[in-house]
Amino acid sequence: MSAPAPERTPLHVTGELLASRRIGAHHHLTLVAPGIAERFRPGTFVALDTGPERLARRAFWIHKVKTTGGYGATLELVVEARGAGTEWLVSQPAGTRLAVTGPLGRAFSLPRETVPCLLVGEGYAAAPLFPLAERLRERDCAVSLLVAGEDEAHLLSALEARRSARSVTVVTRDGTVGQRGSVADVVDEVLQRSGAAVVYAAGSTPTLHAVAQAAERAGAWSQVALEQPLTCATGLCGGCPVPVVGESGSARLVRACADGPVLRGDRVLWDQLAGAS
Amino acid sequence: MTLALTSPVMVASGCGGTGRELAAYGALADLGGFVTRSITIAPRAGGPAPRILETPSGLVHAVGLQNPGIDQFLALELPWLLQEGARVFVSVVGRSLGEYGELARRLGRTPGIAGVEVNLSAPDVEDGSVFDAREPFHAASVVAAVHRDLPRGTPVLAKLRTDVLRVAEVARAVLDAGADAVVVGNALPAAMPDGRPAGLSGPATGPLALRCLTEVVAAAPGATVVASGGIATVDDVRSALRNGATAVQVGTALLHDPTTAHRLHAGIGEDEA
Repeated sequence: MSAPAPERTPLHVTGELLASRRIGAHHHLTLVAPGIAERFRPGTFVALDTGPERLARRAFWIHKVKTTGGYGATLELVVEARGAGTEWLVSQPAGTRLAVTGPLGRAFSLPRETVPCLLVGEGYAAAPLFPLAERLRERDCAVSLLVAGEDEAHLLSALEARRSARSVTVVTRDGTVGQRGSVADVVDEVLQRSGAAVVYAAGSTPTLHAVAQAAERAGAWSQVALEQPLTCATGLCGGCPVPVVGESGSARLVRACADGPVLRGDRVLWDQLAGAS
Repeated sequence: MTLALTSPVMVASGCGGTGRELAAYGALADLGGFVTRSITIAPRAGGPAPRILETPSGLVHAVGLQNPGIDQFLALELPWLLQEGARVFVSVVGRSLGEYGELARRLGRTPGIAGVEVNLSAPDVEDGSVFDAREPFHAASVVAAVHRDLPRGTPVLAKLRTDVLRVAEVARAVLDAGADAVVVGNALPAAMPDGRPAGLSGPATGPLALRCLTEVVAAAPGATVVASGGIATVDDVRSALRNGATAVQVGTALLHDPTTAHRLHAGIGEDEA
């Protein structure tokens, strides 16, 4: 019944955009946001303003935390411009000041023991899996990666993926790189090959559902990073309900932002979740 | 009875989460009051997603009064809020006068709360699952039921919607029925794109709330009136206070910037210094 430890509590600060680069279909934004990088754990995200006309915040995965000379630690975010808010954000020049809240949400849990892990990432949502892979390797966990995207442009850091994992499987919808198909087509086989005891996934809701089901079939734990529309992203508004099965076995609603975004895949009531089909 | 607030800045119902989330950005004890999301007798799961949409001038929301019910609230949420030093105003909503009375009795046996805010119309649930009290007589009946079942000395705030044409009349009726303060500014009735009943909150509601504030202040001189609706800047707070409000409630602005209430509290404090 006590407040969260101070180093885990999010901050609301004025940040500065240091760089905005287009990489494939995504934009990589580098931000200075004092204190937030220091509190980052893989799976957490930040909420940003997207211009004076828009009331709701927009949430973005933290992809990297880097220590750069002169600025202290910086954050790298991956943005796919899909609407007026994200279009505004990616068009801002370096030097733009932005209100940044974070790190928000519950991070991926790391296994207590040294076990093989499979990381499944789809499109820009694969962003939090790369720092997760580093943390897992520090714990001597064998890391396998399954990276998916519409096409080559939507694959996040495919080259980097090869450096950070024991094995990498790539699938694209159009077959331009790797195997043609989707995560659902290959996840059972990759899971079996990796011998993973824990599966971590970030991507669209149908993909996460497929991963959670495959993990159950294989007897593995799954942790899925859900992406739901968020208004405040801080847990205040109650606008992002996720139906889950609680410890007691009864159904209840949790908030995607404050109780997630990372949830146990076997706890999510996928059929009742918006956008699940 | 006055509310004896240490700061004129309060957190509006439904925009402060359980309190724990907001406490990350500033001490709850610093604020004039923390109004809980509306609590019902039984737990409510709330409405389906999407629940909140952005519009050019406000947020449209159909959360559907999601809350854990009075038992869970009293057992799990209230003790933590009180321990943090928050001045807790519990927002209540019922399906009948009987339920309002029951909520008041339960809260009356609970030490430590600063007051009860009666939610007199929740625009995002018009399916008969709450008692709609826009008529002055109905509103007064609800307030009387709550007032009667609370111990003397527990302030009752009556929260009125700003679309009521007879807002001054409703205010007089609830004050006569025992309300210690009137909160002017619930969400305006709106609809989600699929037609579900919803509320509209945010900047668009500011001028409406201010108009209702001035009417209520004129109609009930000396009454304690709290302004809510479109409060986002220190100037908004000053304007509300200048027009006769005793305090303000900050809602939608917190969803954009969780530090808003603390910033306004600090800004208004500088005025007095």
